[in-house]
Amino acid sequence: MSSVLYDAPGPRAKRRNVVLSVVFVALLALLVWFVWDAMDGKGQLEWALWKPFTESNAWSTYLLPGLANTLKAAALAMVIALPLGAVFGISRLSDHLSVRLPAAWVVEFFRAIPVLLLMLFANEFYDRWTNVTTEQRPIYAVVTGLVLYNASVLAEIVRAGILALPKGQSEAAMAIGLRKNQTMRTILLPQAVTAMLPAIVSQLVVIVKDTALGGVMIGFTELLNARGTLAANYGNPIPSFVIVAIIYIILNFILTSFASWLEQRLRRSKKGTGAVLSADEVEELNPAAVQGSFGTGAGGTI
Amino acid sequence: MFDFLSDYNDPSLLGAFWMTVKLTAVSGLGSLIWGTLLAAMRVSPVPLMRGFGTAYVNIVRNIPLTVIIIFTSLGLADVFGVTLGASDFKVQGFRLAILGLVGYTAAFVCEAIRSGINTVPMGQAEAARAIGLTFSQTLRLIILPQAFRSVIGPLANVLIALTKNTTVAAAIGVAEAAYLMKAMIENEAQTLLIGAIFAFGFVVLTLPTGLFLGWLSKRLAVKR
Repeated sequence: MSSVLYDAPGPRAKRRNVVLSVVFVALLALLVWFVWDAMDGKGQLEWALWKPFTESNAWSTYLLPGLANTLKAAALAMVIALPLGAVFGISRLSDHLSVRLPAAWVVEFFRAIPVLLLMLFANEFYDRWTNVTTEQRPIYAVVTGLVLYNASVLAEIVRAGILALPKGQSEAAMAIGLRKNQTMRTILLPQAVTAMLPAIVSQLVVIVKDTALGGVMIGFTELLNARGTLAANYGNPIPSFVIVAIIYIILNFILTSFASWLEQRLRRSKKGTGAVLSADEVEELNPAAVQGSFGTGAGGTI
Repeated sequence: MFDFLSDYNDPSLLGAFWMTVKLTAVSGLGSLIWGTLLAAMRVSPVPLMRGFGTAYVNIVRNIPLTVIIIFTSLGLADVFGVTLGASDFKVQGFRLAILGLVGYTAAFVCEAIRSGINTVPMGQAEAARAIGLTFSQTLRLIILPQAFRSVIGPLANVLIALTKNTTVAAAIGVAEAAYLMKAMIENEAQTLLIGAIFAFGFVVLTLPTGLFLGWLSKRLAVKR
């Protein structure tokens, strides 16, 4: 066991590690006991509060419909944001300043604004100027907010994906006489999409997490909102938070694992150029470091 | 056109954005400290600490910030009576929001710093050990100073994301920008104008931060 920072431990280091481990375990145990005691003191450990989650009613009435809405909004947002993001990402790489500059402004503008502001604005917008029904308005607003924000993040991912391809690809395309449009459509974009897949899946985690905002602020009945109704019904605030948090963790963990599996698979594959874009790399590409970026950075993954 | 702004005094427009700035500054500092500690745990030679750091980051990263913030209010405060020494509701909301933001953002700070530690060449740590420095000396004197310089870019990203994430505090009634915007946009007719004002406010907050820290990260980058 060694890393950049330390050698394989010798006898003294081993002893010190054991001591540190014991102290750390003691601290952790103290923390666990403290939390347990507080929960017990407030009666949150009683089986009656946890029992609803072993029965189908709590799931079929509250949690599963909530989860379904979360997934629906996330999927819709991703499906709509992807083509939009591709358009803006490619526009930012255009040779014409008149295309490049407006695209850059739009992307940087929507990346600089909190997604909650976009949702609040969209909610009011639909209320005032469209005839979307009151029941439908929350999901419209949530998806609109998510699309506006994530399309601009995806635009950066698309741009980074295309820039990550070896220069030889576009040079070879030009050499055989393809037009710029053909080069982008038939050579660069298909390869870039493959390279971007892990980053896109990681972005899905962000979208899933952001749907929860709509639940609290504009009454979209997603998982977190459903938790409120459930807790009001069964009177179990803490257990319901724990269960909902676990659902989010499992859902996002599956997405994250899928993204890293995809990334490793693409890196290993012998086909293609071997260009792969992981979420971390996009984050590093984001700040003002990239030419033409105005520095409203903001990692896609937080 | 801007008349309606004077109807809002609690908070006023500037007051709301000042609250956003305060939330960002305090929780930025807090998550920098807690995130650095977590990063130190994640690279420490003690397996248990590594395990704790990894578990913390992977759990917290996958929970929506909204869930955490709401939990601080409905769970910590309402059920467990955690008030963080605040006497009135406003201060309590502010402190709880900071607690939630620090806990959440620290996971991302930790990952940024850890990736920075990985950019420090092996030879630096080996040389430090060769002259007899201990683990904590190696980390404190050799690795972290170099790592911090290379993570200013990623940390700037986290800070900007944090600025935007402070809007979630509106969910527990902290009177910051998104809270005021919600009140204004629901009560006033100038929807577009209000949207533009608040959008402009956030561009003003994030753009200079991004530009300055981007410049700083280039300037301070360790030339290798």
